[in-house]
Formats: sequence, C-alpha cells, structure tokens
Amino acid sequence: MSEIFKFIPDQASTMAADVDQLYWFIIGVTAFFGILVCVLVVYFAVRYRTDDPLKVGAPITGSIPLELAWSVIPFLISVVIFVWASQVFFDLYRPPDQTLEIYATGKRWMWKFQHLDGKAEINTLHVPVGRPVKVTFTSEDVLHSLYFPSFRTKADAIPGRYSTVWFEATQTGEWHIFCAEYCGTKHSGMIGMVTVMEPSAYQAWLSGNEGGGTLASRGERLFSELACNTCHISDGSGRGPSLVDKFGAQEQLTNGSIVNVDETYVRESILTPQLKVVAGFQPVMPTFQGLVNEEGVMALIEYVKSLQSSPGGAAAPSTAGTPAAAPPQENR
Amino acid sequence: MSDAAAITGDAHAHGHHPDLQHHFDTLEQQHEAATLGMWLFLVTEVLFFGGLFLAYMLYRVWYHEAWVAGSKELSIALGGFNTVVLIGSSLTMAMAVRSAQTGYRRATIGWLLGTMALGLTFLIVKVFEYKDKFDHHHVPGYDFHVDAAHAGIAGPMEIFFSLYFTMTGLHALHMIIGFGLMSVITWMAYKNRFSPQWYTPVEMSGLYWHFVDIVWIFLFPLLYLVDRTQ
Amino acid sequence: MEMTLAAPRVDYLNEKHTVASWLLTKDHKRIGIMYLVVVSLAFFVGGLFASLIRFELATPAGDLVTSDTYNKLFTMHGVAMVFFVLIPAVPAILGNFVLPLMLGAKDVAFPKINLLSWYVFVIGFLFTLYAMITGGVDTGWTFYTPYSSRASSTNVMMTGIGVFITGFSSILTGLNFMVTIHRMRAPGLTWFRLPLFVWAIYSTSLVQVLGTPVIAITVLALAVERGLGFGIFDPALGGDPVLFQHLFWFYSHPAVYIMILPPMGAISEVLACFSRKNIFGYSFVAFSSLAIAIFGFLVWAHHLFVAGISTYSALVFSFLTYAVAIPSAVKTFNWTATLYKGAIWLKAPMIWAICFLGLFLVGGLTGLFTAALGVDVHIHDTYFVVAHFHFIMVGGAIMGYFAGLHFWWPKMTGRMYSDAAAKVAAVIVFVGFNLTFGPQFILGYLGMPRRYHMYPEEFQVLNVLSSAGASILAVGYVLVAIYLIASLFNGEEAGDNPWHATGLEWTTQSPPLPHNFETQPVVTEGAYEYSKREIKVV
Repeated sequence: MSEIFKFIPDQASTMAADVDQLYWFIIGVTAFFGILVCVLVVYFAVRYRTDDPLKVGAPITGSIPLELAWSVIPFLISVVIFVWASQVFFDLYRPPDQTLEIYATGKRWMWKFQHLDGKAEINTLHVPVGRPVKVTFTSEDVLHSLYFPSFRTKADAIPGRYSTVWFEATQTGEWHIFCAEYCGTKHSGMIGMVTVMEPSAYQAWLSGNEGGGTLASRGERLFSELACNTCHISDGSGRGPSLVDKFGAQEQLTNGSIVNVDETYVRESILTPQLKVVAGFQPVMPTFQGLVNEEGVMALIEYVKSLQSSPGGAAAPSTAGTPAAAPPQENR
Repeated sequence: MSDAAAITGDAHAHGHHPDLQHHFDTLEQQHEAATLGMWLFLVTEVLFFGGLFLAYMLYRVWYHEAWVAGSKELSIALGGFNTVVLIGSSLTMAMAVRSAQTGYRRATIGWLLGTMALGLTFLIVKVFEYKDKFDHHHVPGYDFHVDAAHAGIAGPMEIFFSLYFTMTGLHALHMIIGFGLMSVITWMAYKNRFSPQWYTPVEMSGLYWHFVDIVWIFLFPLLYLVDRTQ
Repeated sequence: MEMTLAAPRVDYLNEKHTVASWLLTKDHKRIGIMYLVVVSLAFFVGGLFASLIRFELATPAGDLVTSDTYNKLFTMHGVAMVFFVLIPAVPAILGNFVLPLMLGAKDVAFPKINLLSWYVFVIGFLFTLYAMITGGVDTGWTFYTPYSSRASSTNVMMTGIGVFITGFSSILTGLNFMVTIHRMRAPGLTWFRLPLFVWAIYSTSLVQVLGTPVIAITVLALAVERGLGFGIFDPALGGDPVLFQHLFWFYSHPAVYIMILPPMGAISEVLACFSRKNIFGYSFVAFSSLAIAIFGFLVWAHHLFVAGISTYSALVFSFLTYAVAIPSAVKTFNWTATLYKGAIWLKAPMIWAICFLGLFLVGGLTGLFTAALGVDVHIHDTYFVVAHFHFIMVGGAIMGYFAGLHFWWPKMTGRMYSDAAAKVAAVIVFVGFNLTFGPQFILGYLGMPRRYHMYPEEFQVLNVLSSAGASILAVGYVLVAIYLIASLFNGEEAGDNPWHATGLEWTTQSPPLPHNFETQPVVTEGAYEYSKREIKVV
C-alpha cells in the first residue's frame, strides 16, 4: 500500500477503531455543515450579484425561528458528539482491572521502559498482543508526552507526578512512539518503537533477562540499602508504619484527613515525608530527595505493592526477590 | 450650560474649564470617563494579583504543614503594625480627597503628605522584615534552608516563601508607584491646580491607594496568620 | 457637507508633517497608522520565520538548520505573530482608527494613554526583537515550565519581559476602548444602533481587561522563578508545572477571542455594506460576541486534556467548549443569511470577506474535533491542532483583518488601491492557505507531533504539499503589500464614501479631519439601514 493515500494511521489497538469511528462521524457532520454554508454563500453571491452600487438589498432584518433553529440544532448535535467522545475518553483513560504493568520514565531525549520482571529498554517497548498493557510513567526533567499514534492514546509525562496510558494491541507489528510535548533540542528525536509480539515470543523475549531480578526485588534491595527497613518494620513495631497491605488501602493522617495509598502518595512520602504523616506517628522521616532517582522510586513503589500478607496477593511476593549482588541500576 | 452644547454638537465652544480636554463635551463626562477607567484599571489589578492568590490557595491546600511552618517564621508584630499603618493611610487619603472636594488646599497638601509618610513607614518596616528573611536564609533561590525539624517539607516551604516575596514584593512595588503618584498630586495641589469642580486626579489616586491597602488587608492574614493557634 | 472648502482640505495626514507631530500625536487616527507600521513589521518578521520553518520541513531530515535553530524559529514565529500581530492587528490598528469615528467622537476617552499604549507596545516589541537578535528563544510561545524556567538556556527572560510589557499595551487599549464606548457615543447612538464592529471591539476589550493581567502575572512568576531562583512551578520543590498551564491558558484561550472577535466585527461591516442589507439578526450577532467573550473564560482547560487533569473536569471543560462554539455558529449562519436577497457588490473587501467565511468555517468546525475528548487524546499536540488554530488565526483573524483593512483603507489614506489586484491577491491567499494547512489535518491525524524538526519519512508527501502552499501564500501576502503601498503614491482619490456605506465614519471626509467631524453627528437610526436610506453618492 502506498503511504501517500493513508488518511488514518494503522488501527493497532482495541481503542483505535472506536476513536476512528467517532472521527469519521464528526467529519460527516462538519462536512455537511461546511459544504452547506459554502454552497449557500457562493450561490447567494452569484445569484444576487450586482454591479450597480446604488441597488439595495431586501429589507430583511432577521428571523427568530431561524435563529432558534440554528442555535438549537448545532447544540443538540454538539451534545451527541460530546457524549460519544466522553465515552471514548473514559475508555481511553480507564484501564481494565487486569493489566500487564510497565513503568516508564521520560528524560531528555529518551523513553526508558521498565518491565516488572526486571527487563529494561530504552526507546523500544515490547508488549504482547491481545493483553491490556498499562504504562505508568513520569518525567525526570521537563514535560514530555508519551504518544502511541497507532493505539490512539497519549498522556503528558509530568515531573513529580505519575501518568498512565493503557492499550491492548490487536495485531503484531512495529509502530512509532512519539514525544508529543515539546522538550527541547532533540524533541523530534525522542522517537521510539513499540513492538507487539505474539505472547509466546514475548515470553521468550522476556526470558532473555540480563539478571538483576524483578523490579520488586530491586525495590526490596533499595529498601534495605536506604535503611527504610529500620523504621518500616512489617510487624508494626518500628518508628514508621508497617507497609504490609498498605498499597491500595486508605490511611488516616495526623491532621485527620484520609489519603489513598497510591503511586503518587508513596512517591510523595519518600520525597517530602513530613507532608502527610500517618496518624499515630511522628514526623521524623528524613527526605530521600536526591538519594533516589525516579527509577528507584518506581522500584520502591513496586516493592511496597508486593508487600501483601495474603499469599494470593498481587504481582510478585515479597520474598521472591533474590538479594544477590546489586546491579548498578542507579546510575545517578 | 454645557448640556445644550453637547446636544447641539457645539463642542468646540471655548471658555470652558481649563482642565476640560478638547474631546470631551463637559467636565462631568470627562469625570465619568476617568472614574470608569480607573475602576476598570482596578479590575485588571484584581486579576493581576488573582493569579498569585490562586497559586497560594492551591499550594496551601496541598502543603498545609509547610504553610503553617512558613507562616510562623513571619513576624505578626511587624505585619500587624504595618496593617494599622496602611489602614491609617487610607484614612488620611480619604481626608485628602475630601479636602480637595471642598477646596481646602492646605489641608489637601497636609493629608497627602501624611499619607506619604505612612506609606514610607510601611515600606521601611518591610525592608526590615525582608532583611530578617535574608539573615535567616528564608529567601528562595538564595542559599535557602530551613531548620532540621522542617527538612522534610523544605521544598514546599520554599514555595511558601517564593509566594511571600512575590506577593509582598508586588504589593510594595504598588506602594512605591503610589508614593510617586502622591508626590505628583501633592505638587499639583501646591500649584493650586485643583478646585471643587475638578479634583479628579486626587480622587483617582485615592481609589488606587485604597486598592493597594485592600490588597494588604488580604495578604496579612493569608501570609502571617496561617493556623497561628497551633 | 463635505467639500465646503475649495482650498486643499485639511486632514489628519496633511495637517502637520514633522516627525514629532507623529511621535507625539494624541490623534487616534495617527496612532492607528503607527500601529499599522509596527504590526506590519512584526508580521514580516513572523512571516520570515514561518517561511524558514516550511523550508526546513520540506524534507524529513533536519538539513537546513540545526534543531536548536529550528526550535527558536517556531518559538519566535509564535511570539511575533501572537503577541505582536494577531492581538493588536484589528483592535489597535482598525479599532483605533475607526472606533471613535463610528461613535461620532472626537477621539478615544484617554488620548494620552492611547499614545502611551503605542509606546509600551513598541518597547515590548523592541525587547522581544532584541531577544530574537541576540540568540533567540526556544521554549515555544507557550513558555511551558519547567522547560522555560529551568532547562532552556536561551533568552527566555528578555522575551518574557517583552511579552509582559506588551500586555500592558493591550490592557490599556482595552480599557480605553471600553470607556470610549460607554461615555463617548454621539447623541442618539444607542447601544442597539452601534455598528457590530463596536460590539466586537467592546467584547474584545472586556477580554483584554480581564485576561491580560493574568498572563502578565504568570510571566512575572516565570521570571522570578527563572531569574531569582524562586519556586512557584518548580516540581523539584513540590511545585506544579501544570498550574502554569492553567494560568497561561486562562489568558491565552480568551486571547484567541481577542484575535478573532474584532475581525468578526469587521466582517459584519463588510458583509452588510456589500450586500446592501441590514445584517441578519443584528442582536444575535451582537450578543454572540459578548457570549463568546464571557464563555471564552470558562474553557481554558481544554488545552490540558492530556496533561493529567481529572477526567471529570475534562468533561466539564469539553462541554463548555461546545457551548462556546454555538455563538460562533450563530454568527456564521447570520452572515450567510445576510447575503440572501442582497444586492451583492463584489468589490475587493467583499472577496476577502467571503474567503474569510470559507476558512473560518473550516477552523471553527475542526474545533469540534479537538473539543471531543476521545479524539483530542489522539490529535492533541499534533499537526491537526496546528492546522486548526492556523485556520482560525490566519484564515480567520488575518483574512478578517485584511477584509477590514481593504474596507477602510480608502478612509484611512484617501486613496484607492487596485481592485483587480486585491481580488487576485485574495484568491491567491485563499488557495495558498488551503494548500498549506489542509494537508496538516491529515498529517496530524496520522500522528505527526507538532514542533518536530525532523520527522519520519512517511510524512514527507504531505509536508511538501504544505511547504508548496506556503510559498503561494507568501506570494499573496507580498502582493497585498505591493498594491497597498503603491496606492499611496498613485492610487486614485477614493472619495469620502467609495463603498456607499452607512456608518458615521463614512460621513466625514477621506482622510478624516484632524478632529473627525465638522459638526457633532447625531444618529437617528440603526447601523445598517441600507434598504431605507437613500445612499449618499459622492
């Protein structure tokens, strides 16, 4: 197929067709009104044309029914588009419950992807076909935007916050990853490739792990290297709260408010620990700003997530990590 | 008199008040235009400060602890004194406008000088407050640090002081501009330029001065009195 | 009433000739001309940058300039065009010139402040030019933090100062016009007899007065952050870079209406005049301007749909965005209906106005795509958005500005340009414009992000089309400059009312008297009573 005659990018995710359908619908609506007005303007301009500057037009000043019609009808059509588009939007930003989780960091000028089992890659991303994938990401420096045109989704990478996009690829192949938010000199070079593979090929690819253990196990190592474990003792006897079963739960703070323990709260607690102190504890935790980078924070989050008391819990069990020689993953 | 002139369009008729500009028909129209213009200008000022107030509110909700800690570093005594000084200056300004309206030249000059003196007092106190912040390394971007007890919220505290300096600094800049305005008005009053028929500059400067005063009335509790009961 | 003197007529142009008589003038007409000069210069500068951008993008590789240079080019193109062309073009040039004339006033309410506005504008422009000449700036015209505050090593401060200063020019002009419209109307000129251009300027002024201070403070906050090391948006301290975007767009989205409302007003004048008809649905067109100005303040976050705002606030802002589209649709339908059963005289301003209708229509309708949440996620920050806002800003605002400029040119200069040349130029611009920006819609949906110096090869064909269109567009604009300047030297005497238009500005001589009218005009009827009135023929 010649690329010249392409009007839409490949539909490579479950959402792509939904977005395109809406797109074609709006094209239909706008084309109708656009052509209608153009035809009328040209027709009137030709039909009522005169070269006599002294002629005057008909004494028409307006029509309330017409005004109402062309206010209300476009409004109703707008509401249809609005409702439809909002539905698509919710689908785009609400990942299904069971997803394959991947962490990512935007940094001038590259995308660093981190798989849970430990495998990391730069400017390439390997994912299996037919399985929902959720990418949680932030930026190390300025704003970026993680954009998968063939999956019709993007979100800004904002330093200090986590963003997510999700997609479920429907066919194997390779497509662009762009940075869509201007980020400086090589903004246009911040391009990667997402490779969608058959699940078996994906497993084979993953197993080519260079060692270093899962992300959670890296987090566990970091947890002890930074001496977090001297206060956050799992039986709750430490100076800090136990972190077992905390991720996804709610905590009461010293000022009485309730906070959801999510990625953002864990990150904030590591970097500005005295801001939201859990009720019953003293604000004694020092900041780890500068001691741990974004990827380290992600590893820690993944470790906290893995601390589940019930064995049937989430991702990787806390004991699984091998505390072998620490790989130099924190290249600060 | 001039109503008729306005309607018949005989606007170039001379012999009007010397301060009536050529493109207005009457002094009244000129005064109304000036008043409307001044109020519109004050609306723009409200929105100008509004951006900073919005940032303030957002971060206060997010970083309440830091706001409390930052606020405790400010001196209520100096801030309170300055509040009284500014309210006093609004009174003297109102008296100046009243004196101009009733045509008491000497009183106008006196009240204006009083307003300027109070404004200057405010600024001098502010200088001492700022110096204190430099001494305690509470100036953001300039060797900023906080005591060890607050190390975990040093970042948000720096935001607090960034907003403190930006907001009070802008306010002080408005005071300085006001001081300049007052100087001009006082000189004009000294030259006997005002009359009960035309004292618009005094009135407009008064509006401006009251606005600057009101900004401080908001700034003082927002910056100095965050949760001082603790 | 004209021609009472046989001697050469005194007008605002020939009254005095010294340089000082221009630089110290308080005459709104001369100030309007002075804006015309500076804005035209800025348009040339911005256009030069645009040409270089399109040259570079003709090939996928970055082979003409370096990435840093390219980033500076699109930034400076945006800064020059937005702050120094689009925002001042119609209000400060045409508004200054015709607003007091339309009101039957001798001048604006505050002539000295009006002159001050011009100086403030020029000083802001000089700062920005200085920043451009001494190294440029590469943040994008949006100055997003933390790139602008921490990462960029270019002249952000100097450009920011330029924009900050220019903002006050815009505030003062808006304030001046609002007071003028409230207090300086001729006897009998009630609100509903005002020309629609005045309504448009009034709505614009409202936005200038309410919105511009917010960008001023935002740029100031950026300046203290960058210059003094303060931290208001700094994520390293826990600051929120997205707050900058909220504050920025709280102004900069309404700023879009500063750019488009006045040209819409000019279009209403031109369409009514050359259809020889009352504008269809006068009060709907008038109030739609106000509605756009007010609703325009409630939609800023639609620039942030992928910037991590909550999905529910995204819903609200999407809905409000559709709401603000309705008044624009109402205007378009009313303009179309105005042509119905008119006596349509296809002179050059009318051709420009019709071209405006076509391009603005595309710009407005493509806004429905960007407002649709599910589609915007895909097209946000792509060439689709670039194409969309160029259709509004250039296809809408600049075409409307040219329609107005061609309409009032004989009033401003007393000379008539070549009608044929103007029509040819309009068609060239129309064709060139569509060829430039039409392909960009497809590029955007295909996924090409904006602000890309280099791009994957599959995007080349459409980019070449776009660059080809840009060269046609450039020819059109140069042609306009040539015949307008030529008309000053050898243009025919235009006469006081060459278009046989209604409106007070056409009742005085061309160019107008220094104080506009010999006698105070009195108004007894609506603005566009063509069908009732026996038109004065000179």
